Amino acid sequence: MSSADPLVAIDDVTFAYGDAAPVLSGISLTIPRGKLVAIMGGSGSGKTTLLRLIGGQVRPSRGEVRAFGQTVNRLRTRQLYALRRKMGMLFQFGALFTDLTAFDNVAFPMRERTDLPEPVIRDLVMMKLHAVGLRGAAHLMPQQLSGGMQRRVALARTIALDPQLIMYDEPFTGLDPISLAVTGKLIRDLNDALGASSIVVTHDVHESLAIVDYIYFVSEGRIVAHGTPDEVRRTEMPFVHQFVHAEADGPVPFHYPAPDYRAALLS
Amino acid sequence: MIARVLSALEALGARATGMVTRLGLAGRFFWIMLRVSGTSFRRFHLTIREIYFAGVLSLIIIAVSALFVGMVLGLQGYDTLVRYGSAEAVGTLVALSLTRELGPVVAALLFASRAGSAITAEIGLMKTTEQLSAMEMMAVDPMARVVGPRFWGGVMSMPLLAALFSAIGIFGGYLVTVQLIGVDEGAFWSQMKASVDLHEDVLNGIIKSAVFGVAVTWIAVFEGYDATPTAEGVSRATTRTVVTSSLAILALDFVLTAFMFRGT
Repeated sequence: MSSADPLVAIDDVTFAYGDAAPVLSGISLTIPRGKLVAIMGGSGSGKTTLLRLIGGQVRPSRGEVRAFGQTVNRLRTRQLYALRRKMGMLFQFGALFTDLTAFDNVAFPMRERTDLPEPVIRDLVMMKLHAVGLRGAAHLMPQQLSGGMQRRVALARTIALDPQLIMYDEPFTGLDPISLAVTGKLIRDLNDALGASSIVVTHDVHESLAIVDYIYFVSEGRIVAHGTPDEVRRTEMPFVHQFVHAEADGPVPFHYPAPDYRAALLS
Repeated sequence: MIARVLSALEALGARATGMVTRLGLAGRFFWIMLRVSGTSFRRFHLTIREIYFAGVLSLIIIAVSALFVGMVLGLQGYDTLVRYGSAEAVGTLVALSLTRELGPVVAALLFASRAGSAITAEIGLMKTTEQLSAMEMMAVDPMARVVGPRFWGGVMSMPLLAALFSAIGIFGGYLVTVQLIGVDEGAFWSQMKASVDLHEDVLNGIIKSAVFGVAVTWIAVFEGYDATPTAEGVSRATTRTVVTSSLAILALDFVLTAFMFRGT
């Protein structure tokens, strides 16, 4: 595999949960090495499902998901677990183990997946926690931390084994402006410091436009637009314009599809 | 009219196929769990932790209930036996009832509501808060790391709890009949010793409690793992654990008793 190959390539992927309507239909996108890419779209547009597809937690009903030169949706469990060692995923609310301290949470992947001696693990955990500014909170339980701090501990855990691909599921949700800026900066810095590639799934336009290299817009399971932050800011495409400028009504209607209002009231 | 009958039949059929499907799912789950059970024994400290949560923390409720059950058995037994002039046999009655039936069954029912519901709620909440997903993404199998140790911890705790239940129950019976009512102490113990058989009564009781332990913990981990990842889903799963495992205990008890004690 040459270094010019994208790290992740999703090719014409369709996915549906059970017999329901497809969440994603015919999506194709690529994540180049070393880049920070945002996938944006409204709530329920299938963004998180994309991350699950790349991590191999769900399999597409059609199409191919390639990562690190392997076809993810054809891997057996053992190979999949080997592949996941190169990935890190930050879940929406951190998904910290509530029965472990911040320290033990970060140490978890190291203890489970490596044979490193405990003193080495201790030093590594402290380095990871230091990177997210929470070395002093190592002994605290998750419920003693604020939402933003929990997310940072989870981030330290995500990068515990120095992944080459980091995926973020709505990293900005529910954060105050300061935590928001801190998280955004961390995502950018970690990507560059680790030489990793990152995917940020989000609907936070301003925070992500400031940090990412490329943006894909997803709506109703399809990619409707893509481009660099500058291209996105300048575009006149109605959907992107509505999204970037946060307009209540536009190509994405305010109303959920319903029968005629007058008829419904008079019936 | 016909349409209503048909739809009622359809609903009935859907329920039946639903139940069979669930049973199949639970069976497959059990098999997968067994296959990755190596972790629970290789890293035994994980299982020990679960024995603490399921077993040690159930000790108080088991001990207190056992004491009361034993005392009631003593009172009731004495009240009946004294009419036939064989009050000393109350020791036999208390011991046999406890080792054969009440020890395994009541301990398992208490275990289901104390530890089984906790296991379901914990795994269900871990699923709801994406902790299980996060573990999968860290290339750690939740079946091996979370489910396995909880299952084996429960399976190992149950027979011990049931044995303890019987022992404390017998002590409760002793307190009431010998200390309180004044039944002859020597007769109480010697009659008990003469009529309780190690294989027939004690061992069969232990086998029962082991079977109940497997059933209750299997149901508990399955319901937790299978829970709909919402607050309502977890509460439903917890309720189902208690209801299903209680029914399973009583039904299994009948079957086991029928095999173990016929003709003796």
